[in-house]
Amino acid sequence: MNIKLHVWRQKNGADAGKIVDYDAPDISPDMSFLEMLDVVNERLITKGEDPIAFDHDCREGICGMCGMMINGTPHGPRKATTACQLHMRSFKDGDEIWIEPWRASAFPVVKDLVVNRGAFDRIIAAGGFVSVPAGSPPDGNAIPVPKMNADLAMDAAACIGCGACVAACPNGSAMLFTSAKVAHLARLPQGQPERDTRALRMVNQMDAEGFGGCTNVGECEAACPKEITLENIALMNRDYIKATAVYRKERAGGD
Amino acid sequence: MTAIAAPRFLQSTVGKKVVMAVTGIILFGFTIVHMLGNLQIYLGPAKFNAYAHFLKSVPSLLWGTRAILFISVLLHVVTAVQLTALAGAARPRAYSFRRWRSASYASRTMMLSGPLLALFVVYHLLHFTTGQAHPHFIKQDAYWNFVTGFKVVWTAVAYVVCMLALGLHLIHGAYSASQSLGLRTARTAPVFKLVAYAITIVLVAANISMPIAVQAGVIKLHVPTEVPPVVVGVR
Repeated sequence: MNIKLHVWRQKNGADAGKIVDYDAPDISPDMSFLEMLDVVNERLITKGEDPIAFDHDCREGICGMCGMMINGTPHGPRKATTACQLHMRSFKDGDEIWIEPWRASAFPVVKDLVVNRGAFDRIIAAGGFVSVPAGSPPDGNAIPVPKMNADLAMDAAACIGCGACVAACPNGSAMLFTSAKVAHLARLPQGQPERDTRALRMVNQMDAEGFGGCTNVGECEAACPKEITLENIALMNRDYIKATAVYRKERAGGD
Repeated sequence: MTAIAAPRFLQSTVGKKVVMAVTGIILFGFTIVHMLGNLQIYLGPAKFNAYAHFLKSVPSLLWGTRAILFISVLLHVVTAVQLTALAGAARPRAYSFRRWRSASYASRTMMLSGPLLALFVVYHLLHFTTGQAHPHFIKQDAYWNFVTGFKVVWTAVAYVVCMLALGLHLIHGAYSASQSLGLRTARTAPVFKLVAYAITIVLVAANISMPIAVQAGVIKLHVPTEVPPVVVGVR
């Protein structure tokens, strides 16, 4: 199949960047989207041109590295599918495909389609953890976890931090990501001691990174390759409101 | 871990959404009461004017209500502007190509329907409350003002259009409030959705029926006790 590409090219963060058109002839419908880009890049290299930079790692849909706007939607047209798991059979011969990086001030473009998602790491570092005594593993089932809570925590933990929610959101909000991390730990007994401070710290960090607010549009949920639900955002709002209400200054002797 | 600083609720994106939700619910509640009161137009001039008189009979209640509504509108507008500015700063460059997957038209046009409603409220107050925008305003005769006001075709059309915008604004806003306040769960979501949608549809239908009923001649002009000179030329 023959494809026409409109790809965002940007040398570095300081470069203004622009859309460049490429013809991609003789593409197999069995190629993954990233393999198609690999082929285009090999041809560019042969011609002595700079290949298109894009993030990728596992190419199995579980690492969260890949991600780009494909025809105006994160990871392309297929539901619950990362860009690496998208295949060219999802397109037709003669199709035009627009490829852009995630657009958010908190995700500065490094080069072409590669953005710096360090903001997500800082949100996790702010509170997306539990403090536990390290050492020998605890006995299995020593801490009872209701089955439903385990399932819901697992659903939230499926978030791979790819940034599609931010890219999809008309407000550039990171609430689906942050709430998935808040909800994952809030559903489990191990997450309870730090539940209030976690909500406060992670929302603080999210705001400090310059992400927008949530307007309940639902684009993030629709774009998420791991099907994280909006219900998590409601849980985070609930936790944040409660944590604000019960907040007290720490007493002397606290750390 | 270092000690955590006191939460600055109103500075946070979550807190700002709570402000939007709480003030939005107050204003939503007002539109419901307003609609129920206005439906008395169908009961005739005596009932309607008695209701209008009753509303103004206790000044402290009247001005107390007006103060709450004014503060709600102010907070709702200021917070909306702040959130829009944050959203704009969060995505300084728009996508060259964008396709919406699930976002409803209503949800994407809140910052169009909202400002339109703000302008409508100003016009509505000048029209029926203070009378500057009304061609045949008579103080103390709300029924007369209502009918002669809606006899003007462009006014009736403008009201219908603004009520449709109100419907769009509420169909997204009323349900969204449950999410912003953290009340939405898998179990409560359908309930909130049903309540928000049902009330919005009834509200808009009832409000739209009134200018249409005047235009259709279902709601007729009564003979005022004292025929004012402005009645000349009014059908």
